[in-house]
Amino acid sequence: MEIYNHHKRLFTIALVFFLALTFFAAIIPAYQAQENNAPLPNSKPLTEQETLGKAIFVKEGCIACHTQQVRNVDMDKVWGDRPSIAADYAGNTRTDIWRNTANLLGSERTGPDLTNIGIRQPGKDWHLLHLYNPRSVSTGSIMPAYPWLFEVKENSNKNDIKVMVPNEFRQGIVGDIVATPEAMQLVAYLQSLKQTKLPDGKPVPIFLYPKPESKALAGSNNGSVELDGKSLYAVNCQSCHQENGEGLKGAFPSLKGSQIVLNDDPKTLTTIIMKGYNGRVSEGYGLMPAVGSNNNLKPDEVAAIMNHERNSWGNKARKVDPAEIKKIIDLIGK
Amino acid sequence: MIISQNPQKIKMKRYFTCFMMLLPAFSVQAASEQNSQSVLTNPGVLITIALILIPLLIVVYLAVVKVRNLVKKVRLREAIEQGNEILNALKDDDLNTLEQELIKRKAAVDYSLNDHELGGDLKAEDKKGLIHQVNEINTARFIPSKKRSTIRPKVDPALSRLVIWYLMSATFWLVLGTSIGEYLGIKFVSPDVDHISWLSFGRLRPVHTNMVFWGWCSLAMIGLGYYVVYTVSNTVVKSLKSAWYALWLINASVLIGSISLMAGINNAGGEYREYIWPIMLLFAIGLVITLFNYIQIIAKRTTKEIYISNWYIVSAAIFTVVITLVAYLPFWQNGLGETIAQGYYMHQGVGMWFMLFSLGLIYYFLPQQLNTPIYSYSLGILAFWTQILFYTVIGTHHFIFSAIPWWLQTTAIIGSMGMLIPVAAGTTNFLMTMKGNFHKIGSSYTLPFYLVGIVFYFSGSFQGTAEAFRSANLYWHFTDFTVAHSHLTMYGIIAFMLWAFIYTLVPRLTGKEPKHVLVGAHFWMAFIGLLFYTIPLMIGSTLRGIAWQEGQPFIDTVVTMAPYWLWRAIGGSLMWASHLIFAYNLYFMIRQTDDIDTQTAVFDQLKKIN
Repeated sequence: MEIYNHHKRLFTIALVFFLALTFFAAIIPAYQAQENNAPLPNSKPLTEQETLGKAIFVKEGCIACHTQQVRNVDMDKVWGDRPSIAADYAGNTRTDIWRNTANLLGSERTGPDLTNIGIRQPGKDWHLLHLYNPRSVSTGSIMPAYPWLFEVKENSNKNDIKVMVPNEFRQGIVGDIVATPEAMQLVAYLQSLKQTKLPDGKPVPIFLYPKPESKALAGSNNGSVELDGKSLYAVNCQSCHQENGEGLKGAFPSLKGSQIVLNDDPKTLTTIIMKGYNGRVSEGYGLMPAVGSNNNLKPDEVAAIMNHERNSWGNKARKVDPAEIKKIIDLIGK
Repeated sequence: MIISQNPQKIKMKRYFTCFMMLLPAFSVQAASEQNSQSVLTNPGVLITIALILIPLLIVVYLAVVKVRNLVKKVRLREAIEQGNEILNALKDDDLNTLEQELIKRKAAVDYSLNDHELGGDLKAEDKKGLIHQVNEINTARFIPSKKRSTIRPKVDPALSRLVIWYLMSATFWLVLGTSIGEYLGIKFVSPDVDHISWLSFGRLRPVHTNMVFWGWCSLAMIGLGYYVVYTVSNTVVKSLKSAWYALWLINASVLIGSISLMAGINNAGGEYREYIWPIMLLFAIGLVITLFNYIQIIAKRTTKEIYISNWYIVSAAIFTVVITLVAYLPFWQNGLGETIAQGYYMHQGVGMWFMLFSLGLIYYFLPQQLNTPIYSYSLGILAFWTQILFYTVIGTHHFIFSAIPWWLQTTAIIGSMGMLIPVAAGTTNFLMTMKGNFHKIGSSYTLPFYLVGIVFYFSGSFQGTAEAFRSANLYWHFTDFTVAHSHLTMYGIIAFMLWAFIYTLVPRLTGKEPKHVLVGAHFWMAFIGLLFYTIPLMIGSTLRGIAWQEGQPFIDTVVTMAPYWLWRAIGGSLMWASHLIFAYNLYFMIRQTDDIDTQTAVFDQLKKIN
């Protein structure tokens, strides 16, 4: 054929063909996504501190293992209340003259998704310990440690933020381990990662491929099928209180033998799970976030967690009933 | 929510477990997950049953043999009795003729050729020097000997030097880049191996990917491209000065890029475009120079038609300029635009640069090495245009179920299915070219690399299509399955093809061959290493995907992956070691010293005596 003997014609045709498809599949959709989009009305732009933190997130290449997108499939429900939509990323613009926009959707989930980490894990103390060495709070973790975000001081002063690193992770460091401003910026960014509520009236996108409703959920109040308290504990509580329930000395209190956990009246424990707790901050322990409310735990789920806590690690207390917990939750108000 | 288990899932899991049975090394893992299942599907129980069945089967076999022997004995006795009866009935005369007949018949039945019917008494002599490879069989042949590469017309020394420098640079980046990859693999098993910011996982991962992309594959391809574009244009080399500039620009880009990534300076996250634009600009200039040179050579061709290799190679360079511009120009990169551009870029990068260019190279090298024309030009044309049509639209299949417009995701999935056409056309073309030549594979040290490249071209690309389906994506997206896939393709296809081409070309340029044993070692270590790397990762990540769907706590799914990550590190070590051998082989082919050649030495001695 003729065109295969003329290099100018052949390569021009190939280029035009490729360019046309590129416009169709990349440039036009990208331009439209950029132009016809606006951030949600109640979304908050990042503060200066949080922006600096995002820069550290980018610098350390966290995107290699952490996504920031909740897909519209059922299995992603654990990462957010609703699927991510284009408007969630609309506020992102070019970082600076050297660097591109940082949407940070990611393509690998070696570690958990971070879209909603600010709700799931709001505690500053936990984040700092976790950044200093992830294995100090989560034994199975393979996340890198970031000790260069911390410094060692012989005598830390009042304004320094000390990190209560357990002995086996101090690697012989004697002085106080203190968070640098960079560490605080990164934590501020992580705390800022929260899904914005859709404005009233806007249709909420659904999660696809739903699991068939199981009997356990339908008739939960009858207690016919008991929820797996151990798994729920692992998802919601374990990162601080640890699998063995002993917490971490000086950071997160132990649940083993705890009077609050073992109390015959589950009211205080329910309140702490739903509302958070600051009663032991003066002892050096971290502030407990309102895990139950943040993670939308239902009464039967709270009951399952409490029964796991009350009957593990040598703890022995009577089993609580979901109906009983529901009453308490209704009473204290969500 | 957490305890609910879809019955279908359980079924799937059961099938999967049966599959795992075939791989006893991994079955322990599955066994621990299966305790709630029926005993009969427990792999441990199944293995035990199989083990018990083996001796039972042997007993049954032996019994059958015994019975058969007994029957035979009985029949033999009957036959003897019958023979005696016949003999008794015959007369003496009859007996004599019968004996004669029997002796004749016996001689006829026993006749066989004595192997000397067609031979002569003369001594064998090779007067015209036709025998090249004398294969002595007086020793045990632990390693079969391979054919030597055929001597080809001399290549212009200037061109030869240029190609070798491109290949040496490429090999340097291969060894360094995969050393980093190997180290990253170790970090999955031992995350506290170091606490140095420049070596932390997040910073080092893009160093590895970019180094093997832009350093190893790209430089090797461009270097080999110079030889192919010249040769098939049948023209002479004028000046290659700018090609040297391109070489240094690309090397500089990879070097500065790697250092900047380790220092924490990156382009904000998009895979393979982590280099910031001033650094990528160096690469882009090198690319434009290369493109310009190629087109100039083709413009001066002395053949009428443009050989198919050159369409692929030049188009790859043209498209990659476009792709880089789409990725780095800032006019459509705000909001979700960045992600759409990213999807387009990361997939066009692999498909339109590495794949298209390598296909161009194989259209030259494969027929050359087999000494046969390409099977079908029309299939090549079909593959070329359909590759452009389908490949260009599939980028967003990396963001299925994300906030990217649904129609664009669907387009990408359809495009991924369409890719079966060029892949099938290409594979058919290559395999049909090999048809009738498969016997050459065993006696060649380069053809195995071609074969592996072609096989992975089919299976790796097909796997990419399967991964794009929404239902399959549910299991595999975000897991290490993607990592396994990218190694099956970038390593199984591209790297294996590049090695095939290098082992074919360099002996032609320098006249020196690598040690065949070491080429074999390179081949087997890379190949087995790749299988150890990818198969466990695919199994582990499927289990992880299932666990995610069941809603298991996330940290449990990290722990699940541990043995598979260990296997990955083991496979990776084999691959890495094979690259060291490859580097030595390349050095062996291009080193300056002369080979100690017995033949020449003997002739030299003879001359002295005379």
